[in-house]
Amino acid sequence: MESTTYLPSDYLPIIVQFAAAIGFVIFSMVLSHAIGPKRHSKVKDAQWESGIASVGDARTPVSIKYFLIAILFVLFDVEVIFMYPWAVNFRQLGMVGFIEMVLFMSTLLAGFYYVIKKGVLNWE
Amino acid sequence: MELTSLIVRGLVIFTVFAVTLLIATYSTLAERKIAGFLQDRLGPDRAGPFGILQPLADAVKLFFKEEFIPSHANKWLFIVGPSLAMLTALMSSAVIPFGNEFSIDGQLIPVQGITVNIGLLYIFGVVSLGVYGLMIGGWASNNKFSLLGAIRAASQNISYELAMGMSIIAVLMLAGSLDLRQIVIDQQDNVWNVVRQPLGCVIFITCAFAECNRTPFDLPECEQELVGGYHTEYGSMKLGLYLFSEYINMFVSSAVIATLYFGGYDVPYLSTLGLDKNIETIIGIVALFGKIFFFIFFFMWVRWTLPRFRYDQLMNLGWKSLIPLAILNLILTGGGILAWEHFTK
Repeated sequence: MESTTYLPSDYLPIIVQFAAAIGFVIFSMVLSHAIGPKRHSKVKDAQWESGIASVGDARTPVSIKYFLIAILFVLFDVEVIFMYPWAVNFRQLGMVGFIEMVLFMSTLLAGFYYVIKKGVLNWE
Repeated sequence: MELTSLIVRGLVIFTVFAVTLLIATYSTLAERKIAGFLQDRLGPDRAGPFGILQPLADAVKLFFKEEFIPSHANKWLFIVGPSLAMLTALMSSAVIPFGNEFSIDGQLIPVQGITVNIGLLYIFGVVSLGVYGLMIGGWASNNKFSLLGAIRAASQNISYELAMGMSIIAVLMLAGSLDLRQIVIDQQDNVWNVVRQPLGCVIFITCAFAECNRTPFDLPECEQELVGGYHTEYGSMKLGLYLFSEYINMFVSSAVIATLYFGGYDVPYLSTLGLDKNIETIIGIVALFGKIFFFIFFFMWVRWTLPRFRYDQLMNLGWKSLIPLAILNLILTGGGILAWEHFTK
C-alpha cells in the first residue's frame, strides 16, 4: 500500500488549470459578444417552434419517469460510493469482506428487482 | 515546496491543457475527414492543404456570428450553460498520467497534471458536473425542444454513470488504488486490464459513448425528433463551446479507456531493452497518444456504423442489461481474485 501523504499544495495545479479553463471560456464569450453583429426584432427573438407561431412557453411539467430515474440514480449512486473504499481495500478485507459485500449487493438487487417488476423502468 | 518545482508543474499542466485543446480542435476536422472516408467522399479540403486550416476557419466563423439570446430565455442561465459544459470538460484532463517520469538533474518530473491518489474520483466528480451544463442550457432556452433534449441528456447521463462506476470498481479491486498511475503500474506488473476485465471493458466503453452523447446514444440531440436538442436556440460561440466540449470529453474518455484497460503509457517488453529512462518515457507518451487516437477514431467509426437507439431501448440497455452485467462482473472479479490468492499462496 502507498504510504505517501498528499499536501494541499499538491492540488495547486488544479487552480492553474481552473484559471486557464475559465480564462478560455470568458475570452471566447466576451470576444464573440464584442465582434458579432446585433440586430433584433420581435419575431427573430421568439423561441423557435418549427416555423409556426409558438404556443405558451416551455415551463411545462415533464413525464414523471424522469423524476423516478433521478431518484433511483441517487439511491444507486450512494451504493456505488460505498463500494469504492471496499474495492480499494479488497485484498486486505479478504473473504469476509467479499461475503459481506455480496450480501449487501443482494439486498440492493432485491430492491432493483422490485423496481423493475413495478414497471418503473418501462417506457412506452 | 520550492518555487522551481512549482513552475515546472505549472508548465506541465499548461502543456496538458494546450494539448487537450489542440487535439479537440483537430478532432472536429478528423470527424469530417473520417466521415468522408467512410462514405467514399473527400471531406473538407479547401482551407489549406488537406483542409488542415478548417478548424481555424470554423472558429473565425463562430466568433463572427451574431450572438443570439431568445427574448423569453433566462439570460444568465443561457450564458452559464455552455460555459459550465466547457469548464468541466477542460478541467477533467488534469489527473491522467500521460507518461512515466522524466528525470532531469536528479529531479523526477511526472508527465501528469497532478499526482494525487484520488485520480479516478476526481475525473468522475468533474465529468458528472458536466450534465449541469446541458441541463441549465436546455432549461434556460425556454424552448420545448431544448427542454426535452436537456431532460433526455440528464437522465441518459445519470443512468449510464451507474454502470460506468460499477465497471470501474472491478479495476479498483485489481489495482487496489484510485490513483491512475498506480493502475497503470499494476497493469505493467501483470497484464493489461482488457485481458483480465473483458466484460468490464465492454461495459465501460459503451457507457463512455453514452456519457459523451455520441451515436448510437445521441438521443439528446437527435435532429429528426428534437431539431437540435438542448442547443436548439444556441448560436455563435455558445454553440461552439457546446460542440467543442463534446470533443474534449471524447478525448478525455479515450484517454481514460486507454489508461484503465489498455495499459496507459505502458509498452509491453520495453523495459527489457535497457533503454535510457527518459527515452522510455518518450516512447510511452507516444504509445499512449497512439492508443488515444485509435479510440477517437473508434468513436467516429461507430458513429457511421450503428444507427441511433430508440429512447426506451437506450434506457432498457442501461438499466436492465448494463447494471446487472456490471454487478455480475464485480462478483466474478472478486471471486476470481480470492481464488487466485488462495491457490497461488
